[in-house]
Amino acid sequence: MPSQRYIEEAITLEFDVALCNGCGLCVAVCPHAVFAIANGRAALVDRGACMECGACALNCVPGAISVDPGVGCAQAIINGWLTGSEPSCDC
Amino acid sequence: MRWGFGREDYRVKPGLYGLGAPAATSPVLVTGNYKLTLDQLRSSLDEVDAWLLVVDTRGINVWCAAGKGTFCADEVVRMVAETRLAEVVEHRRLILPQLSAPGVAAHKVKEACGFRVTFGPVRAADLPAFLAGGMKADGEMRKVTFDLRERAVLAPAELTIAWDRRVLLACAGILVASSIGADGVSLSRALRRGAPIIGAGALALVAGGGVTPLALPWLPGRAFSLKGAVAGAVLATAATAMLGRRLSPAAKLALLAGVPAVSSYAAMNFTGSSPITSPSGVELEMRRSLPWQGAAAAVAVGAWLASRLGR
Repeated sequence: MPSQRYIEEAITLEFDVALCNGCGLCVAVCPHAVFAIANGRAALVDRGACMECGACALNCVPGAISVDPGVGCAQAIINGWLTGSEPSCDC
Repeated sequence: MRWGFGREDYRVKPGLYGLGAPAATSPVLVTGNYKLTLDQLRSSLDEVDAWLLVVDTRGINVWCAAGKGTFCADEVVRMVAETRLAEVVEHRRLILPQLSAPGVAAHKVKEACGFRVTFGPVRAADLPAFLAGGMKADGEMRKVTFDLRERAVLAPAELTIAWDRRVLLACAGILVASSIGADGVSLSRALRRGAPIIGAGALALVAGGGVTPLALPWLPGRAFSLKGAVAGAVLATAATAMLGRRLSPAAKLALLAGVPAVSSYAAMNFTGSSPITSPSGVELEMRRSLPWQGAAAAVAVGAWLASRLGR
């Protein structure tokens, strides 16, 4: 099975290991195994697989993760352009 | 249903439900009130005794509701209070679907109602193994997949969404416009001129909304718009070859430019159904591909007009 990777160059995910408390929630909530725990701290192991759902950042209590979250949906982005507001889908 | 028939009727009343014969020690599973979600949960858990706390996601699936913020900590806390869950169970743990995490901050639920959140697996089918295994989800349980079967389920949904009133209006408009000639209005002319355009449009929607989702991993590039353009170009080339000399050179150009343009646009809209696309990536590919799609569509319209004038 060929791998399913999407455009990686604009991904907004950032991780500051100095703030990480090693709780591991980012590993638990990520549907694409972007994070792993190594030596008691989280590590970005596959940043390019990030789909910017925002689950990790929302559940990171010390605020070590930042991402501009949203849905990767062309219709939502068109709606956002048309209404001049945040992208939003109608599904 | 997934295709839009009676979608509005697929809301379940939020509240606390019992699966099997739950006791005060039984686990509490939290989910949204989309009927398909609950059907899936029930069939996955037919041998498990558990509580089901259904929160109000307006009949939307868990992941989309979390993305929109309707499946959020406040809503979970509200339903815990409304159902007096603390009086029903003696433990203080909620199991949430992993895909609710984009909307639910676990620590906020704990702060507000004392219940600790554990994120369960992505798929309901893995819940029995998760519960039996001490609430540990392994790597595969945590990963979203997008295999051929899953894409095949979504492709017709995408096509029926495209098949809305605007498409029918466009078809009618094309037929009416095609019927008009120097000698007035003619039905045979409407069919002769209009049907090929509608046929080309249908070909493009099949390429972008059917072939592209199914062949997604094998089509070149990462941008869905590029994959859709390639699928459209392949189908348009095949159609041009099949029609052969019955098409004028200008009509061939119209087909070869127009089908990939529309197919590319339709494929781009499949990003919303896929679990791999990031909003930053989608916006990037849209900014890159929309000018090409517009230019190719303009070439197609120009070539088609030229093919009409040429006879």
